[in-house]
Amino acid sequence: MPGAPEQAAVISGSCRGILIVGLLGSMSCAQSPVASRSEAVEAFQTVHTVFMHPRCQNCHIPGDSPLQFDAGVPHAMSVVRGPEGHGAEGLACASCHGEQNSPTHFGPHAPPGAPHWGLPPPHQKMAWIGMSPRELCESIKNPRFNGNRDLPALLTHVASDKLVLWGWDPGGARAPVSVPHDEFVARFRLWADAGGPCPTT
Amino acid sequence: MLTLIVNGTPRNVDVAEDTALLWVLRDHLGLTGTKYGCGIAMCGACTVHVDGLAKRSCVTPVSTVVGKSITTIEGLAANGDHPLQKAWIAEQVPQCGYCQSGQIMQAAVLLQKVKQPTREQIVQHMDGNLCRCGTYQRIVRAIERAADEVGP
Repeated sequence: MPGAPEQAAVISGSCRGILIVGLLGSMSCAQSPVASRSEAVEAFQTVHTVFMHPRCQNCHIPGDSPLQFDAGVPHAMSVVRGPEGHGAEGLACASCHGEQNSPTHFGPHAPPGAPHWGLPPPHQKMAWIGMSPRELCESIKNPRFNGNRDLPALLTHVASDKLVLWGWDPGGARAPVSVPHDEFVARFRLWADAGGPCPTT
Repeated sequence: MLTLIVNGTPRNVDVAEDTALLWVLRDHLGLTGTKYGCGIAMCGACTVHVDGLAKRSCVTPVSTVVGKSITTIEGLAANGDHPLQKAWIAEQVPQCGYCQSGQIMQAAVLLQKVKQPTREQIVQHMDGNLCRCGTYQRIVRAIERAADEVGP
């Protein structure tokens, strides 16, 4: 048929995976058609916005010294990535950051916490600060960049990883990621299910 | 009632689960060598070891360390003769002394992980432990001395 249809009536990839598992496939998921390229590229703009938020990029850094606060200033105490992404040998991230945010009575300036608090490992830094949407898109789809994840694995990561989820519940006076998590995941899924097309800029 | 393992000994404490470990050590167990400095993990005065990891006890809810091995400055060495403690005396490190137990506990983890740290590694690892008296040069010398005593 001449002219590619804007939407194809097929079950989207990540939803198909859920249905194959056969446990929690929802009707809304099963009925989602694959978005057009233009819709997917537009959805990726939301993904780009989220990834560029300080809650994400403060630890997705090109060097070895993480950032902190909404302003993304260098982390105090000469904190470094370390050999596995969890801080220096003798001063681990977990020296100050627990498995969850500090109790409120510790005050607004107590360090935040979430499971496996840390940075990407040094051999795969996954740094994206300052990337354009096209650069980010091409990078996060690259297994050599993204921790050997395919698109469904990336979706799982942004949808359910507890450290990722912390970005929406950072505690204290820290700004949460500006896009609601469910909206972000929906936009990510739409983009991923369409094959992950990248913007031109 | 929570049971903690402190300096190798099980200790029962009747405290709220979100009490900071620091206050359990000081107020409930009488281990006052660990100090309160900033209360937000920014100064290092409250540093203890939890399963061998340096931990800021002022921001550590006690419920998170149940069943783990907690070591305070009082338990670092049986007779206060840890190589770092001896080096601290030899180098006459303290001025007011308030931050020093945290400094030693942090340095002890460094030497556990890196037997012969460079000066740069020492400075970097100790950067989270503040000393208002400015004894930093003596702290570095004492760590170097202890590393030399222990050997590679």
